Amino acid sequence: MDDLLIARTLFGTTMGVHIIYATLGIGIPLMILIAELMYQKTKDRDYAIMANRWTKGFAVLLGVAIPTGTIAGVQLSLLWPGFMEVVGKVIALPFQIEIYAFFLEALFMSIYVYAADRLSPAMRILSVFLVFVGAAASGILITNVHAFEGTPAGFRIENGEFVDVDPWAAFFNPSFFVTGGHVAVSAFMTGAFVIASIAAFKMWKERKINRTYRYHQKALMLGLVIGGIFSLATALNGHESAQLLHEYQPEKLAAAEGLFETQRYAPLAIGGFTDRETQEVKWAIEIPWALSFLAGDRFDTEVKGLNDYPEELWPPLFVHTLFNAMVGIGTMLIFLSMIGFAIRHIFKKEQFPRWLMVLFISAGPLSILAIEFGWIFACTGRQPWVIYRVLKTEEVVTTATNLGTLFIFFIIIYIILMVATVLVLRYYFRRHPIEKELDIEKN
Amino acid sequence: MTDALLAITLLWVFVFIYAVAATIDFGAGFWSMIYLGKRQMRATRIANRYLSPSWEVTNVFIVLIVVALVSFFPGATYTLGTVLLIPGSMVILLLAVRSAFLVFSHTAKDYERILTYVSGISGFLIPGLLILILPISHGGYIDVINGNEQLSMIALWTSWSTYAFVGFAISSTLFLSSLLLYDYSNVANDHEAFVIYRRDAQLIGPIVLLFAFFIMMAIRIEAPWLYDNMMERTFWLGSSVLVFLIGYALLWMKRQMPRFTVIAIVVQYLLASYAYGTSHLPYIVYPSVTIESGFTNPNMFRALFVSYIVGFAILIPGFVYFWRLFMKDRRYIKSGESES
Ligand code: HDD
Ligand code: HEM
Ligand code: HEM
Repeated sequence: MDDLLIARTLFGTTMGVHIIYATLGIGIPLMILIAELMYQKTKDRDYAIMANRWTKGFAVLLGVAIPTGTIAGVQLSLLWPGFMEVVGKVIALPFQIEIYAFFLEALFMSIYVYAADRLSPAMRILSVFLVFVGAAASGILITNVHAFEGTPAGFRIENGEFVDVDPWAAFFNPSFFVTGGHVAVSAFMTGAFVIASIAAFKMWKERKINRTYRYHQKALMLGLVIGGIFSLATALNGHESAQLLHEYQPEKLAAAEGLFETQRYAPLAIGGFTDRETQEVKWAIEIPWALSFLAGDRFDTEVKGLNDYPEELWPPLFVHTLFNAMVGIGTMLIFLSMIGFAIRHIFKKEQFPRWLMVLFISAGPLSILAIEFGWIFACTGRQPWVIYRVLKTEEVVTTATNLGTLFIFFIIIYIILMVATVLVLRYYFRRHPIEKELDIEKN
Repeated sequence: MTDALLAITLLWVFVFIYAVAATIDFGAGFWSMIYLGKRQMRATRIANRYLSPSWEVTNVFIVLIVVALVSFFPGATYTLGTVLLIPGSMVILLLAVRSAFLVFSHTAKDYERILTYVSGISGFLIPGLLILILPISHGGYIDVINGNEQLSMIALWTSWSTYAFVGFAISSTLFLSSLLLYDYSNVANDHEAFVIYRRDAQLIGPIVLLFAFFIMMAIRIEAPWLYDNMMERTFWLGSSVLVFLIGYALLWMKRQMPRFTVIAIVVQYLLASYAYGTSHLPYIVYPSVTIESGFTNPNMFRALFVSYIVGFAILIPGFVYFWRLFMKDRRYIKSGESES
């Protein structure tokens, strides 16, 4: 592999690891906050126990989210010094403001965890609320740098220099709100479905409808309702993201859809694999006119095809598959949560059929997969640009060579951290089974 | 004051705060490892009491420094990013191991010993690597090959002066952290831990001073430009040594004044780093990058500056609240078991 490819793979891997922890770091505080509020509203101790146990898990996840994020931040300067130079000149504000969000989260996370016994309920809720705000804001702000990479704004280029810099115009670049929103709501949805998955798994193992089962059932319903609401929001907002691609990054949308010829009444290709040679999407289901409608709300919208652009500027074509997988998972999870809610609250059933339980268990891992697919699509689909039509990735990479050894070290550390997280969480919750806490409550 | 000078001053303040906070942080991790499971268990408990809530906040500072550097001095990013690839990667790898295992060690009690060892040792190495930025910025270790700047790792690791810096960083880490924990145990009324940490500080103080002199010798040989500038600031260097001696002597007095001692030693570092920092100007990396050549555009500077004022104005109540809950509240510091 050449060094550019190693640098890309290394950074992509770092982000792929960080994003798992970071997304849960945004989604789980929301769940904790809701559990705390439910407890205040219903006075049902089960919700207080949930908040407590999720916080414990969250603290462990944060123990990896923070250092992997630190790696990401530093690695950005180490691997892409040319990119960070431009970031410093034009789009430094989101990075800077993100720091305040980090402080907010770190301060109040410690307060919530280590001073809980000394806080009034109102202060506790305020603390967890600020943790939630800090986490969501850090996600949205860092995403803004990504948004800027796709829709750069707030500067002019004169003889290779960045002039007339307007930092706030760069900050409020055209895709900021939509992209930031997409990341936030997809993280809320993921946090909720991960909680639902764990609860469903515990119910599956419990089988009998007893005290423990009911506890997990409450957690499952909470996860499904919140997950359902936010998966719907994710889809609606994702549709807007796609329309922004249509407007600002047409070749990315064309690659996402496997569209080669520019046309009106363009069909939507679902599934299949894009074939460069024959210029078609093999084994796909085609829905006539649908792509034009989705892109511009009218069937006669003209959608640009890849052939309008020189081939060396095409993004990799496999992004079509990633995009479909993300959308597929999102759509499926909307229906899944609706079905779950209907069975429990409309048909008043105590137990779900086994096949549905299996789907519930898979909801969390699937959401995380969707997050990974979405990001790889978004970053890889921008290639060969690091800042769209301004700067190419190959121009900004470090001039250092022999990145291979570094790559191996990072991979080893990531594997250790991921395995250790699972072991530590398992260890902790085995030593502190829910039954114990529920029994304490009864006495 | 020019804008660039203002920016570098702010950056220097962040670096100073991080240097103190991080040495205490990493040092506390080290001490909690040393005294774990020994008769001096109380010393470990005190260290953990300090460490549990504070490491995340300390960590944000390292991110803050990277961001402030990139955003105020984008022109320095290219050179620094390129030459720091290897040492920087080593730091973030160790940092990842350290932070994660610190959290793990508080969660998986049966494996506390091994997890604490991993985090204690990796944390203890970090300051030793971070400080390498200083000799690298003095210029001697950067080669230019085909127009590309490259760090000469062999020259760096075979020079004795590198080890003077490393030794200084590590001994300072142990010194400052034992001092802070000495004060912290005093607040907790924990006599046993108090005596232990006072003894540690007494032992390590002279070693720090010795390494500081080695560093001066190293600078004299390897970066005469810097040495000459520093010699114009003998007043600051002299008062730094004086304040150190006062603070250190206090450790041996019959009447103990822990809070005052800690403050004296921090002031000593402040004086020394002021002398060092001003002598380093105008260079960020000698001789290719100066604060003027690396400085960002005026619009960005203004926007960032406003964001600093607004951001910290909003955060300060949070910091104060945090301080009162964890650094002053005896109920927290004293409570027996470290929280799990
Ligand atoms: C739970 C995760 C999840 C789910 C179910 C969806 N997305 Fe998504 N999507 C993301 C998680 C995500 C993401 C990981 O958060 C991305 C990556 C970059 C970004 O801004 O958000 C993303 C990016 C992303 C982009 C690219 C934006 C860009 O390149 O800048 C588009 C067009 C969509 N999404 C569209 C959709 C649509 C139409 C969905 C229909 C259901 C959908 N997403 C579901
Ligand atoms: C967190 C989830 C993310 C994931 C999983 C992810 C994934 C990736 C991957 C796979 C690559 C390599 C692309 C390729 O070379 O084909 C990449 C590159 C890159 N991404 Fe992301 N990314 C994420 C978030 C971000 C964000 C938020 C930013 C903005 C700060 C960003 C900026 C970059 C840059 C600068 C590169 C390197 C240049 C490039 O290849 O375009 N990424 N990322
Ligand atoms: C969409 C992608 C991302 C999301 C949603 C996200 C979110 C988060 C969250 C929630 C945290 C924990 C914050 C805290 O507790 O302090 C975090 C930590 C961090 N993230 Fe990310 N992040 C993303 C991508 C990135 C990228 C691309 C970078 C690098 C430029 C980055 C840099 C960091 C840093 C430096 C930290 C550690 C902060 C600290 O020290 O507290 N993140 N991230």
